[in-house]
Amino acid sequence: MTEETMTLEVTRYRPGHDREPRTQSFTVPYRTDWVVLDALNHIKDRIDGTLSYRWSCRMGVCGSCGMMVNGVPKLTCAAFLRDYRPGPIRVEPLANFPVIRDLVIALDDFMEKLRRVKPWIIRAVEKPVSDGEYLQTPAQLDAYKQFSMCINCMLCYAACPVYGLEPAFLGPAAIALAYRYNLDSRDEGYRLREPVLSEAVGVWECTFVGECSVVCPKGVDPAAAIQRSKLAGATDWLLSMIMPWAGRR
Amino acid sequence: MTAPRVERPGLFYPKLPATWWLRNANYFRFMLRELSSVFIALFLVVFLVQLHRLSQGPGAYAAYLETLRAPGWIIFHVVALAFALYHSVTWFNLTGVVQVVRLGERQVPPRLVAGASFALWAVVSVVLLWFLLRG
Ligand code: SF4
Ligand code: FES
Repeated sequence: MTEETMTLEVTRYRPGHDREPRTQSFTVPYRTDWVVLDALNHIKDRIDGTLSYRWSCRMGVCGSCGMMVNGVPKLTCAAFLRDYRPGPIRVEPLANFPVIRDLVIALDDFMEKLRRVKPWIIRAVEKPVSDGEYLQTPAQLDAYKQFSMCINCMLCYAACPVYGLEPAFLGPAAIALAYRYNLDSRDEGYRLREPVLSEAVGVWECTFVGECSVVCPKGVDPAAAIQRSKLAGATDWLLSMIMPWAGRR
Repeated sequence: MTAPRVERPGLFYPKLPATWWLRNANYFRFMLRELSSVFIALFLVVFLVQLHRLSQGPGAYAAYLETLRAPGWIIFHVVALAFALYHSVTWFNLTGVVQVVRLGERQVPPRLVAGASFALWAVVSVVLLWFLLRG
């Protein structure tokens, strides 16, 4: 019996050589327990060692193996070949990002956006270490937990047509993270994040297509975070109009 | 507006084609929802004209109603109604996602919030219908 195989149509791009990406087909063995990342590793090890892509944990934790699989943003370590039979499977770099080489995209823009929302606990006055931890009840943890599950895989940016059309848009994951810290009972940085969120390219750029939440592998639901941030921002603005003297938070 | 992105040499910058919304069903549904507002706006214009005619007296109003009986206008109203329903249903489905309702320490499930919105919508509609058809 001949061994069953599957075809992968992989995007190749060599900086300095190619004007634009092209597609190269590879035939790989089919195994029920293989994911797309295994197939890429097979290509790199056995067929063409120049193929470039990112990965690390192989278990949906590091967030570095995101690519377009048949046009949908996926963690390739969690996309099983068996779900794409009989193939071929199209493997492209994450959409909406500049391509450095083959399946490797540039992360700078996303990193910069993460930094801008100050994703860490901000205190008006830090308490000394000797005073112990900042305590939190289970309910206070629940308030933001879902939004803290993000692994920065950027699948949501690849799914977002608004980001594709306006690269300055702060984007789903960064806003979800800002919202996560705003919800944290230990945090006092709302006022510092608010200007970034309420910019024209902040939450208001979002038109609620909702695809970010569909593709998110961690159930973060960034679309909900964005809409709730809009609501919080608008309520805030309204209160400041009615009662300019009462500073919120 | 923000400054255009500075493109670094050597990188390939993909462009989103104008047909991006045909790529998947969700994008398409999103476009439908956006389009629905156009029809709702048009309907409101027609409705405002209707009110204006009413203010001009019974004769003008009756003449306007006669105009609206034309097949073209009926088709327009059916389409506008379909879009208005689509817009309302998607809107109410989203309320649960956007509006977090808490009861004590527990968060009310989004479905329940959406369900309550639908129920309220139904009640208001029935009351309005009763009010309009009563006389
Ligand atoms: S929100 Fe979800 S899709 Fe977006 S970066 Fe985080 S884990 Fe990935
Ligand atoms: S390799 Fe780490 S998430 Fe896929």
